[in-house]
Amino acid sequence: MDIDEKEYLAPGHRACAGCGATIGVRLALKALGENTVAVSATGCLEVVTTPYPETAWEIPWIHVAFENASAVASGVEEALKAQGKEDTNILVIGGDGGTTDIGMQSLSGAMERGQNIIYLCYDNEAYMNTGIQRSSSTPYGASTTTSPAGKNSFGETRHKKNMAMIMASHGIPYVATASISHPTDLMNKVKKAAETKGPAYIHLLQPCATGWGFKTSDTVKLGRLAVQSHLWVLYEIDHGEFKVTVKPAKKIPVTDYLNMQKRFKHLDDQHKANIQAYVDSQSKELGLTD
Amino acid sequence: MVKKVISSAEAISEAVKLAKPDVIPVYPITPQTKISEKLAEYVANGELNAHYIKVESEHSAMSASIGASGTGVRVFTATSSQGLAYMHEVVYAAAGMRMPIVMANANRALSAPINIWNDQQDSIAERDAGWLQIYAETGQEALDTTLQAYKISENKDILLPTMVCIDGFILTHTVDVVEIPTQEQVDKFLPQYEPEHAFLDPKDPMSIGTLADTEYYMETRHDIEKAQQKALKVISDVDNEFKDQFGRGYGLIEEYKTEDAEIILVAMGSICGTIKDVIDTERSNGQKIGLLRVRVYRPLPIEAIKQALKTDAKIAILDKNVSFSIGGALYNEIKAIINNPTYGYIVGLGGRDITPEQIREIIEKTKNPTKDVEWIGLKE
Repeated sequence: MDIDEKEYLAPGHRACAGCGATIGVRLALKALGENTVAVSATGCLEVVTTPYPETAWEIPWIHVAFENASAVASGVEEALKAQGKEDTNILVIGGDGGTTDIGMQSLSGAMERGQNIIYLCYDNEAYMNTGIQRSSSTPYGASTTTSPAGKNSFGETRHKKNMAMIMASHGIPYVATASISHPTDLMNKVKKAAETKGPAYIHLLQPCATGWGFKTSDTVKLGRLAVQSHLWVLYEIDHGEFKVTVKPAKKIPVTDYLNMQKRFKHLDDQHKANIQAYVDSQSKELGLTD
Repeated sequence: MVKKVISSAEAISEAVKLAKPDVIPVYPITPQTKISEKLAEYVANGELNAHYIKVESEHSAMSASIGASGTGVRVFTATSSQGLAYMHEVVYAAAGMRMPIVMANANRALSAPINIWNDQQDSIAERDAGWLQIYAETGQEALDTTLQAYKISENKDILLPTMVCIDGFILTHTVDVVEIPTQEQVDKFLPQYEPEHAFLDPKDPMSIGTLADTEYYMETRHDIEKAQQKALKVISDVDNEFKDQFGRGYGLIEEYKTEDAEIILVAMGSICGTIKDVIDTERSNGQKIGLLRVRVYRPLPIEAIKQALKTDAKIAILDKNVSFSIGGALYNEIKAIINNPTYGYIVGLGGRDITPEQIREIIEKTKNPTKDVEWIGLKE
């Protein structure tokens, strides 16, 4: 795959060491090229890339608030169309909080209206910018500052919201999951999303060293373990056609993934078995295993 | 030029059609809905070449307006009451990001209890957002002000959004004769918007809406203050230019028989029509009563108001809003800048009718005041 050597997200931003979000966005922008406008929801990415008077963005970028990135992007899209600039890519980027919680309404509205935008959710499974609070994308068993493990708690009690399938239910032409550990797969999906006329949604799992508690050199490894354990399945739904895009050669136990992270370290064997059962059922449902 | 008998909602829609915005994100809410419907109809009929975005909420209406304005095109939206309250967060953002958006607000009471009828609490609650706010008295003024608003907001020294406020139902749903200028006339007065920065342009990338910490935030707020101060002159200049071309001008404030008045009433919006009628009757009875209509509320034309009230007259200020425990907004603001004996009257909340009799009651109470602030029109 030819990878654009130009950087559209400049180095020197203020992300934490080992940040997965900036890895994902850097790759996504390389897939899209310079004729792109980025719209950010409030969150880690917005904060670390744009401390006035500095910016890491080499393409036009706008941020307004937390819950409205899809609506802002709708305005951008229609205004660019009005100026005859239909060929400009509009990449909307929100974290899991800005997407699966507070931004759900405006996202659903934009998708339902058929806005020609690419929505990229960088999912680090909690509100990391405000200090690791639980979101509806936080997985079962994870300890966060608002779902802490304790005498009467094993952390988050719910499985994460299945956002990609909710988007697919909108009947939009392109939905995909992705992982920062699989750059070619991610970039292919972003390119496909750009070529798609109408809304596209990509849900990117993005390990967060700060929030999950692992060595900053292990970000990509964590993404790989999530995929290899079938906890995070890489697929796309292209005009209704479901396809798994990366089939791991061997399914590894989910504990290989869980045991590397501080947020799961309090879990007992039963909780881990519950997670394994959940992963097994998901893997079967998506056709990775019989 | 044609004359039509239309509501203020339609008058504003006519103005918007003539102003030719490129993007119109709107969400329906009573009593604004007629504006959204009319604009949809114009777009459907090909009378208006705009991208009409059927957003899923008012919050998204303002958010999409900001996004569109951020690319350097002309934008219009409209709202009312709960809708304005719902978009509150991004109303502030629109001003902070210096987007010259024009929005009509059909003034309506705020919940609870839910009530669809007129008062001005909704836009008063947004007075500190950084928007310019102009309150129209008639349908003609609503149309004219909407055209003026673009010219004011898009002025490179201003670049602040403008809220054109019209009383819900009283203006939005009642018809009057409105003169509609021709497209040619409007094009001359209001040429196409040419932004100095086409912000979201891949050929000249910029970041907008960035994080500004303690080091920079206060200056950005002060920049809004400076633009608001400059806006007084720009609003006057635009109004004068409009008057030269169309024969109608409104000023920052309107003085009605104030010169020799012993009591001057102060109010905003459609109620001023009723007050003028009462003044005419009372003057024929030998009572020296006048009216100061505040048309431009943000920026508040302090010097013009001071000048107009530089008399010994007693001042009676009518507010269709209330800041509990201290009286209405207009009362508090004007009382702070003048030395006259000044009294506040809370009137017409939630559409409670304001009758000529009540205006007379206010005049009588002001002659022999017993309280600083009184509620008028309460049931016994």
